[in-house]
Amino acid sequence: MTRVSEHLNHALHDLMETDPDVHLLGEDVSDPYGGAFKVTRGLSTRFGDRVRSTPLSEGAIAGVGAGLALAGRKAIVEIMFADFVALAFDQIVNFAAKSTAMYGRPVPIPLVVRCPSGGNRGYGPTHSQSPQKHFIGVPGLSLFEMTPFHDAGELFARMFALGRPCLFFEDKVLYTRRMYEGGVVDDLFRYEVAGDVARVRLDGVAEPDCAIVVHGGMVHRALDAMRVLLLEDDIACELLVPARLHPLPELPGLERARHVCVVEDGSEGGTWGAEVARVLHPRLWSSLRRPITLLSAADSVIPAAPHLEREVLVQSARIRDAIVEALS
Amino acid sequence: MTVTVPAPTGTTPSGARRTPPPEPEDLELLLLIRHFELTLLRLFEAGELSGTTHTCLGQEYIPVALSRLLGDDDFVLSNHRGHGHFLARHAEPYGLLAEIMGREGALCAGVGGSQHVYHRHFLSTGVQGESLPVATGVALALKGTGALACAYIGDGTWGEGAVYEALNMAQLWRVPLLVVVEHNGIAQSTPTAAQMSGRVAARAAAFDVLHHRVTSLEVGEIRTELAPLVAMVRQDSRPLVVEFATHRAGPHSKGDDTRSPEEIALAAAHDWYDRYARLFPEPFARIDRERRELVERIAAEVTARPPSAWERP
Ligand SMILES: Cc1ncc(C[n+]2csc(CCOP(=O)(O)OP(=O)(O)O)c2C)c(N)n1
Ligand SMILES: [Mg+2]
Repeated sequence: MTRVSEHLNHALHDLMETDPDVHLLGEDVSDPYGGAFKVTRGLSTRFGDRVRSTPLSEGAIAGVGAGLALAGRKAIVEIMFADFVALAFDQIVNFAAKSTAMYGRPVPIPLVVRCPSGGNRGYGPTHSQSPQKHFIGVPGLSLFEMTPFHDAGELFARMFALGRPCLFFEDKVLYTRRMYEGGVVDDLFRYEVAGDVARVRLDGVAEPDCAIVVHGGMVHRALDAMRVLLLEDDIACELLVPARLHPLPELPGLERARHVCVVEDGSEGGTWGAEVARVLHPRLWSSLRRPITLLSAADSVIPAAPHLEREVLVQSARIRDAIVEALS
Repeated sequence: MTVTVPAPTGTTPSGARRTPPPEPEDLELLLLIRHFELTLLRLFEAGELSGTTHTCLGQEYIPVALSRLLGDDDFVLSNHRGHGHFLARHAEPYGLLAEIMGREGALCAGVGGSQHVYHRHFLSTGVQGESLPVATGVALALKGTGALACAYIGDGTWGEGAVYEALNMAQLWRVPLLVVVEHNGIAQSTPTAAQMSGRVAARAAAFDVLHHRVTSLEVGEIRTELAPLVAMVRQDSRPLVVEFATHRAGPHSKGDDTRSPEEIALAAAHDWYDRYARLFPEPFARIDRERRELVERIAAEVTARPPSAWERP
């Protein structure tokens, strides 16, 4: 059994071993600390000054990463908490992403900005956010997110192959969960990964009552809801988990579902789900029976106290209720 | 510019040489903060607290020294390591613990938690570097009133560009801003030498901002040393950077201390707690016990309270 954080760690080790052009920067990433979430453990010991602990300078380290990338290297920058990527917004949006196109010819900027995101850990309003939505629709910028189904090494290779900056979100609760292996989720559900999208299904159900679309950090809450929906409400769902959040890859099988629901951790308003619905509506217009259901965190700061935080963020019971209601 | 004041009477970490006894109220406050922080770590281990917390173990004397130099109208901005800053300003340990535990009576309904407290003229936030521009704005608003804005930041926070943008404006516009730098030589796991080129003093000097370095660990001594400087911030309306050479006796947050045993021992050797216990066994032992028992009662009482209620806007 491999935890997601360990899996990411192994992927970074392999990546830096096979590609001497890869550099990694971030606060407290060096050994023995190995990063706030231990994802970079062992890298500085093994790869020397290709791995650097930086000052508290999110804007500048994103810029330094972009500079390394501009000069022919590949850079991975870790932002300790995704919330602080706000401090790097200018470097990412106005330099790294734009530079790939604003000089009238393609300029490669192979830069991956890793952002540990999400709540449900009681870290409070400035250490729990899912800021994916703020980066959607920036020309030249792609958004990816870790899932428990996708091989992280393949995702890093995929992001670098784009030659353009990518944000890579890694849910902080997901870190502690295990990677799924061998196509099996549990006694009920099976999964397959095709390209950017993981698909979780019930054996033998070709036409699910509902297809749920989530990002990696929402997988377990969605699976919990799917189990209850099946066993208690007799509603069969399938789950689609794109590792690339933007631009959205082709999501398979939706035409055969009675309903579509998109669930995310970002706060309400200008959401990733709204963007998914925008992409899906023209495609599914003739087969949709009702509007796509969009679930997000409340339009709210994320409280520190767990009993308050729980209410603001999407929990599995809310997913279940929303789907039951939509289908009733 | 660096202001020169008479050298402090100086104590060595090991030596008793000329250590003045702390006043009883100061000792009470020091020990209240100490036991508050130790209790938090214990509650964490017992699974009673969630999220994270940053204790100020070893650094308690800084806000305690400053407490009497600040007035009711002064505005304090604090950071992630802010429990001591708060308790030295407001004698409300119940409210603070309730905030950290998400219980009834919480200062901010349990929304902010350990790192995000806004109570009277005290405000903390968990994003490093954010506070200094805000403190400059507050100081601008206070300019001419005799009150000042006081912002606590760590040495590591000097990595953030906003610190410099704020210092520049603070000096340009002559605002009454007291920047208290708790230079404990480390940021999370990274030693200052590995993340700061040059010195805080030179950085302040680059903006013509007054800078003063405090090496004393004695509350009374520090107060005497700083009183005329803080008065100058108010009267002349100008920023001042006071840099404390200090030591973090505990982990960064809960259990994440990767320092070597020697480094940890060095920090512990500067801790006022053992030194005072040795030098002033009475009243230390008595006050220590009283404060420990008080915090135990506070923790038991607050733990038993119902969860905090919050009306979402
Ligand atoms: C913008 C930002 N980046 C990173 C962090 C994570 N973080 C919290 S405290 C800390 C170290 C701060 O060091 P320092 O300023 O020296 O204060 P100390 O912890 O030593 O009191 C870091 C990296 C943060 N809270 N905000
Ligand atoms: Mg420090």
